[in-house]
Amino acid sequence: METKNIMIVGVGGQGSLLASKLLGHLLMEQGYDVKVSEVHGMSQRGGSVVTYVRYGDKVNSPIIDKGEADYIVSFELLEAARWLSYLKPDGQIVTSTQQIDPMPVITGAASYPDNLVEKMRAAGAKVDALDCLKLAEEAGSSKAVNIILMGRLSHYFDLPDAAWQESLEAMVPPKFLELNKKAFELGKKA
Amino acid sequence: MKQLMLGNAAVARGLYEAGCCVISSYPGTPSTEITEEAVKYDDIYCEWAPNEKVAMETAFGACLAGKRSFCAMKHVGLNVAADPLYTMSYTGVNAGLVIGVADDPGMHSSQNEQDSRHHAIAAKVPMLEPSDSAEALAFAKLAYELSEQFDTPVLLKMCTRVAHSQSLVETSDRVEPGMKPYEKNIAKYVMMPGNAIRRHPFVEERAHKLQEWAETAPVNRVEMGGTKIGVITSSTSYQYVKEVFGNDVSVLKLGMTNPLPVKLIKDFACKVEKLVVIEELDPIIENHCKALGLAVSGKEFLPMEGEFSQNLIAKKMGEEVYEGRTIDDPIPPRPPVMCAGCPHRGLFYILSKNKVTVLGDIGCYTLGAVAPLSAMDMTLCMGASISAVHGFNKARGAEAEGKTVAVIGDSTFMHSGMTGLANIAYNQSNSTVIILDNSITGMTGHQQNPTTGYNIKGDPAGKIDLEALCKAMGFQRVRVVDPYDLKACDAVLKEELAANQPSVIISRRPCALLKYVKHEAPLTVDPVKCVGCRSCMKIGCPAISIKGGKAHVDNTLCVGCGVCEQLCPVQAFQSTKKEG
Repeated sequence: METKNIMIVGVGGQGSLLASKLLGHLLMEQGYDVKVSEVHGMSQRGGSVVTYVRYGDKVNSPIIDKGEADYIVSFELLEAARWLSYLKPDGQIVTSTQQIDPMPVITGAASYPDNLVEKMRAAGAKVDALDCLKLAEEAGSSKAVNIILMGRLSHYFDLPDAAWQESLEAMVPPKFLELNKKAFELGKKA
Repeated sequence: MKQLMLGNAAVARGLYEAGCCVISSYPGTPSTEITEEAVKYDDIYCEWAPNEKVAMETAFGACLAGKRSFCAMKHVGLNVAADPLYTMSYTGVNAGLVIGVADDPGMHSSQNEQDSRHHAIAAKVPMLEPSDSAEALAFAKLAYELSEQFDTPVLLKMCTRVAHSQSLVETSDRVEPGMKPYEKNIAKYVMMPGNAIRRHPFVEERAHKLQEWAETAPVNRVEMGGTKIGVITSSTSYQYVKEVFGNDVSVLKLGMTNPLPVKLIKDFACKVEKLVVIEELDPIIENHCKALGLAVSGKEFLPMEGEFSQNLIAKKMGEEVYEGRTIDDPIPPRPPVMCAGCPHRGLFYILSKNKVTVLGDIGCYTLGAVAPLSAMDMTLCMGASISAVHGFNKARGAEAEGKTVAVIGDSTFMHSGMTGLANIAYNQSNSTVIILDNSITGMTGHQQNPTTGYNIKGDPAGKIDLEALCKAMGFQRVRVVDPYDLKACDAVLKEELAANQPSVIISRRPCALLKYVKHEAPLTVDPVKCVGCRSCMKIGCPAISIKGGKAHVDNTLCVGCGVCEQLCPVQAFQSTKKEG
């Protein structure tokens, strides 16, 4: 199988680590070669962060380049737009509609573009946008946005539900498992 | 069983399997997780040292005593530890000694993108360079074999994309090599001139033997494919080359980048029509090939700076690349910022307000240079703030002394700030030094240090008293302030700048991200009271924005630190804390 590429993008501190751990485990259990690449250090401090997940028969490069992503999973709307050029011509964006102003917007040096979902669609991208923060709160914690997104992403994968459930059980600490299972269902059904 | 493992965790696993017993490191991105993962193995003693030089010397002492040892650091940390490294090359080892060094091409979290292969060449020690997690594990083990076989410390070079990528590894059991006997050997281990001069020929001879080893070592492998182009590469660049070309080109993949083989490279060159070297940063393999008289291309079309990627290599090699689509709107950048509730923010606001010249240092607080605070004039390397403020003041005299400060974090102060402080005390400049004591090593993800009172496992440990230390060094003026208290910070800063003696101000409050730090309820803005004056925007807090002409607090980010509240002229900020 040709290598498939999933990017997880967001703002430092939003919890993309659990999402990439979950995907890495899930795909490894399906027998694929997998590489997951993260960025640590200064850029985590509220900056734009990206994690690359790649899987297939044999994965070489640990990173995903422009025009290569089959999926972009975004925790924040502006970040989806920032990384749009990484999407394949027929790639799919799954994004939370949450907006977090970056510092240049806060200081008034720049403005947050409006109607980003429509503009990305006008550029020919398939965009699945949902209010993950609201759904996460419904599941019991605003921190569950990552699992809401994973639930939503599971729509696009031809994998049995049991495989996702097993990965959740393997990667989520027991005391948060019920909450995250609920978040996964809410994301999936949204 | 196959496992998905971070490159740095794979190094730690390799150290464990090789029977490593002692690890001393200083944290630095992208090397930190090697030691954080190693500490999970009970068979290995691990510690955070105050700096990389201390770490390396500790590891050397352990190897001298007869146990396999290790130290990890980032590329610039190896500069700090270069002094012991270059002479450890002469002494060689007793039990194996491996040094992990992690480069950061692209400068994700570094102040330069130096190529640490230069240190391997200059110190004349072997360097192994893995290209994924499986190799990271295997090369860590191989490094010990080489160290003991050739009587040398061995450098294990990581880079961001190998260190911070997870890929599949297979683990095996730990092999206990046992303790080597310690035998006093003055000629080998006491590097005074008369002995060192006899060790230098050994170093040259060893380099020659290592090069012979490199000619046939399995870590340097030829993967023949199409013969029109032959690529010599290493580390993560190898992965990009395979991604782009698969088997369309032939590849010489070098797992050992110092010393480089001669015959292996010449033989490979004979088998291909055109020879290309693809390596990040400096042209080290390329220059080696040129010195061998080979016709080779590399840096004439590939950049010296930044990271490579599959698209970059494809484009530079003349391939068509699809580079995606964009929307027309400009996308505002999202640079890293001080977190909401960061204790550094209040202090930097006061520095900004007083328009002082700020000689900065390495840590989260380097973000004090970012607008709107813009309260930093210089950042160079670990510890430089204190030494440089002394030089700045010596050059400009009393006029500068009254409006110049050094700022340095608690961990950086312990790393290499103390010696600069000794220079102020000794050579008498009227300098003001601010220690930003957030009770943790923040930037690299919360490591303990000698001022926190806890060791790497989180167990109680020795705790250095910063006030007592500064006083013992001769500072009579040592003040402690809470950076959340803007009035107090302003008053203390003004007093210490005006004082006729050097002083230390300790700005003390734990990092807001520490688990034990209890947060206050978020603040909210009364839109009736708010006059939209933007006073609260001067501190660059990510939780505050202007919505419809009024200040707005994001309650998912705000930790209720109250710094903004102190700037509001109309008391529009209110706590959301429920009474009772």
